[in-house]
Amino acid sequence: MTQTFRLPEGGLIDRERSLGFRFDGSSYRGFSGDSLASALLANGVHFIGRSFKYHRPRGIFAAGYEEPNALVQLGEDPRTDPNQLATLVDLVDGLAARSQNRWPSLDYDIGALNNLASRAFPSGFYYKTFMWPAAMWMKYEHFIRHAAGMGQSPRERDPDRYDKTQAHCDVLVVGAGPAGLSAALAAARAGARVVLAEQDHLLGGALLGQVGDTIDGAPALEWARAAEAELRALPEVRVLERTTAYGYFDHNFLTLIEKVTDHLVRKPDHLPRHRLWKLRAKQVVLATGSIERPLVFRDNDRPGIMLAGACRTYVNRYAVKPGTTAVVFTNNDSAYGAALDLHGAGVEIAAIVDLRREVIGPMSELAEAAGLPILADHAIVATEGGRRLKRLRAAPMDASGEQVYGSGEPIDCDLLAVSGGWNPTLHLHSQAKGEIVWNDELGCFVPGKASQAALSAGACNGDFGLASCLAEGAAAGQKAAAAAGFKAKGRKKATPKATDHGFLPARWLWLVPSDTPLGHGGKHFHELQNDVTAADLKLALREGYRSIEHVKRYTTTGMGTDQGKTSNVNAIGIVAEATGRAVPDVGVTTFRPPFTPVTFGVFAGRDVDALLDPVRRTPMHGWHQRAGALFEDVGQWRRAWYYPKNGEDLDAAVKREVREVRRSLGIMDASTLGKIDIQGSDASELLNRIYTNAWKKLEVGKCRYGLMLGEDGMVMDDGVTARLGEHHYLMTTTTGNAAPVLAHLEEYIQTEWPELDVYCTSVTEQFATISIAGPNARRLLAELTGDIELSPNAFPHMAVREGTVAGVAARVFRVSFTGESAYEINLPASFGLAVWQAIMTAGEKYGITPYGTEAMHVLRAEKGFIIVGQETDGSINPIDLGMDWIVSKKKDFVGKRSLTRSDMAKPDRKQLVGILTDDPETVLPEGAHLVERLEPQPPMTMLGHVSSSYYSPNVGRSIALALVKGGHAKKGQKLTAPLLDGRTIGCTIVDPVFFDTEGDRLRG
Amino acid sequence: MLLIPCPYCGERDETEFSYGGEAHIERPKDPEKLSDAEWADYVFMRPNSKGILLERWVHSHGCRRWFNLARDTVTYKIHAVYRMGEKPPRVPKTDYV
Ligand SMILES: [Zn+2]
Repeated sequence: MTQTFRLPEGGLIDRERSLGFRFDGSSYRGFSGDSLASALLANGVHFIGRSFKYHRPRGIFAAGYEEPNALVQLGEDPRTDPNQLATLVDLVDGLAARSQNRWPSLDYDIGALNNLASRAFPSGFYYKTFMWPAAMWMKYEHFIRHAAGMGQSPRERDPDRYDKTQAHCDVLVVGAGPAGLSAALAAARAGARVVLAEQDHLLGGALLGQVGDTIDGAPALEWARAAEAELRALPEVRVLERTTAYGYFDHNFLTLIEKVTDHLVRKPDHLPRHRLWKLRAKQVVLATGSIERPLVFRDNDRPGIMLAGACRTYVNRYAVKPGTTAVVFTNNDSAYGAALDLHGAGVEIAAIVDLRREVIGPMSELAEAAGLPILADHAIVATEGGRRLKRLRAAPMDASGEQVYGSGEPIDCDLLAVSGGWNPTLHLHSQAKGEIVWNDELGCFVPGKASQAALSAGACNGDFGLASCLAEGAAAGQKAAAAAGFKAKGRKKATPKATDHGFLPARWLWLVPSDTPLGHGGKHFHELQNDVTAADLKLALREGYRSIEHVKRYTTTGMGTDQGKTSNVNAIGIVAEATGRAVPDVGVTTFRPPFTPVTFGVFAGRDVDALLDPVRRTPMHGWHQRAGALFEDVGQWRRAWYYPKNGEDLDAAVKREVREVRRSLGIMDASTLGKIDIQGSDASELLNRIYTNAWKKLEVGKCRYGLMLGEDGMVMDDGVTARLGEHHYLMTTTTGNAAPVLAHLEEYIQTEWPELDVYCTSVTEQFATISIAGPNARRLLAELTGDIELSPNAFPHMAVREGTVAGVAARVFRVSFTGESAYEINLPASFGLAVWQAIMTAGEKYGITPYGTEAMHVLRAEKGFIIVGQETDGSINPIDLGMDWIVSKKKDFVGKRSLTRSDMAKPDRKQLVGILTDDPETVLPEGAHLVERLEPQPPMTMLGHVSSSYYSPNVGRSIALALVKGGHAKKGQKLTAPLLDGRTIGCTIVDPVFFDTEGDRLRG
Repeated sequence: MLLIPCPYCGERDETEFSYGGEAHIERPKDPEKLSDAEWADYVFMRPNSKGILLERWVHSHGCRRWFNLARDTVTYKIHAVYRMGEKPPRVPKTDYV
């Protein structure tokens, strides 16, 4: 196919580089420099999608990021992206795009029946549907989902790589139009570190789509090129093209997405696809330009109806004729520029239909002088054409602008260029919590007071003339640089001279009258992407919605991927008019990031797979791996879970491991336990205030178990702390709580008790910890140490000794989490593996058995020892756990006062108990609910839940721990566990210690 | 994301810090003397005020030290930073409703 609508010359395209691409299976050609939209238009393709609700044919409407219709699906799985704006997609050789929201094909679309049955889709349709009986929703859901189909997300994993980067600058300038370029120049010339971000791949902004403007007597684009060259030559300036500042957060923190390789056919390996810039700017200059506003008239949505400014861009920037015969429809002067440009490109201007009563303004006068046919005080009352506009009718209006005379004259045309005024792009200003104010003369919202260190300049500030943009940009750049500490040096450069006219005068008519009443035949769309009409807005108002935020949600106005860039202000205007309010009284809906859609991948960046979260391994990790251990994640740590032998499953391996520990000897890697070194003359005082029990009388060389509460009285952590010296302790914490416990200590030391002389240091990773447990533990240790006296009298339970183990300096703690005689050997981390291996070798004769976390859990449950986070959940206090014995009555400690609050004394608090199932072989699932009275079906009154449950070979049956309301007083009572699979398990409340209740083995 | 001026390290991103709630709420010297209501007031109740709030932060992923900020909870503007134990500085009045 040839590019029939390509102009023979001109445009910012490279005609030497012809590119092939496909759209919906057909092949086309375009040029380097084209967008997908301009290349389609060059080939005469306007109809490229169907609308969301009514499946009406839709065409390319805009030329930039405001495009509501031309959403396409790009590429193939796994590299496929839905909802891409054809207007922003750079054409690359071999590009493949598909239309969206049509089924089975664009030409034969079943959903188009919705258009005929449009009474089924009034505003609030979705709300009303959801309020119907659920059964009805089930029926409609399939239909709606299938018909809606806003593109497809990739099914496979994203093969591309994304990066994130941090940056800082003195002045960030967003937008490289005339205002942005001149701001960046002024700031950079003052010496500030400047980042200039532009979403387009060319700098120049509005100048790229307009010709005829001059700066200092030369074509305006030449000035832009010179400015760009100067900026690029400055070492402190970074120009980011294809980069959209999409989010403006607190304290001048902005996020930008840079599309690095999307436009490249061959993508270099070292480059990410997109890059997320997390940028902190001392000052921000917003020069984001403006968005043209459509007019809301009857059937204003057909392919071939486009924004007037977009038509100019297609003609001037892309050298494309968007049609053969055009009508221009406007309420302001700027569309006459479009008419002149179209006319100059050889497009026949059939008429300029002007809502204004008089044709005045600089461009209007030029058009008049050029002899273009003008119908002033006229409205377009109807359009015709299926997949492309064919004909329209224009009729004269009455003085009020609310009615037309007659049905109007038919005019044949295939292009309708529309302009309803211009809206400053104040999204970022608003995201930064800046004020928004209504400007009556300009008929648009403009930025009010900024709430951060930001300035708006140029069209986004409501200053539309070129000379004003240049002057305001320069002033903003200078002011921003000065605020960041950079005063302009030398003689001030004169602001360049340029043409300076905006789009005024204009006449604001929010709703263009037709020859039939609103809603009777034809649709007045104000929101193209979500298919919302003026009649929908009025229905919402009739149904009682008043707040614009409610009207927005009820009608879905502005809730598409374009966030209503072309629709919101018209919606507000129509609502204002219909309710007799002034526009500022209606207010404006909230602007939220992202400004344009952002790829999910860029949020993940490189934080995927192994880099998602750090993995912490103990010094003996490799040994566990070689021994065939399976691992479990405990926080970031990987802990050996169990060591299967000869094809054992979890149950078999754990049975063997727990049996062997109690029979002879087990060894476990406990290096992950949190270790905090506490020193200072007030170390004892700190522990006394932090733990529930007393610490001041603990002898040097002794250990004590401690329970730590939050100030709310709930158990926060537990562990053994050893007194290594007069002013020196080593605290252990649970694996997962090492960091929170240290933070807890620091908070109290620094904020409540700064007078305490005490210092805490995390030493978790400095030490490897090997736990040996079982009847042969002492015998084995004796073989490996010569300088630690091991007799029970010399080294009793809960004592700590220093010496050498296997020739390595060690601290040995006689503590036990298994109920067996046990030693925890702490060594410098780098010796952990060597000593582990020495112990394994020496232990062979005892059949030493490495055991993992699962066996440890069983062993401790046999003894009724709790695990914080398993038997506790932030709502369990020490009394609930039956641990009153460890709670001091005398001294104060963190959380103590809370234990006597009335709520803590309630008899129906959940309390820790043991549970034995009636059938000793049945193991209750952890989390199972326990009830007193079994009902035929839920709901049932729940009494508690199972917190730990195992099969214990040492006890010879299943055992469980549970938290049961009033459980301490219910020993011996029968309960039932109704399970999800329908079984009901009978069980009995018992004491939570199942094995060696006297603790003889511990002290042996 | 706030830019927080740690008095020991300088300005750092909010992600390096943890929040510690309202400042200058001293732990009662003798909790046992308090009624349940008074104790609950200390542990649980905060006014969640609109305007400039004196609040505690800790530079968790930096120097690990606690300090105070005077921060406007509406604009998020940080009016002052001061160390633990220091008197709160004078800050402008806010007249939010
Ligand atoms: Zn710090």
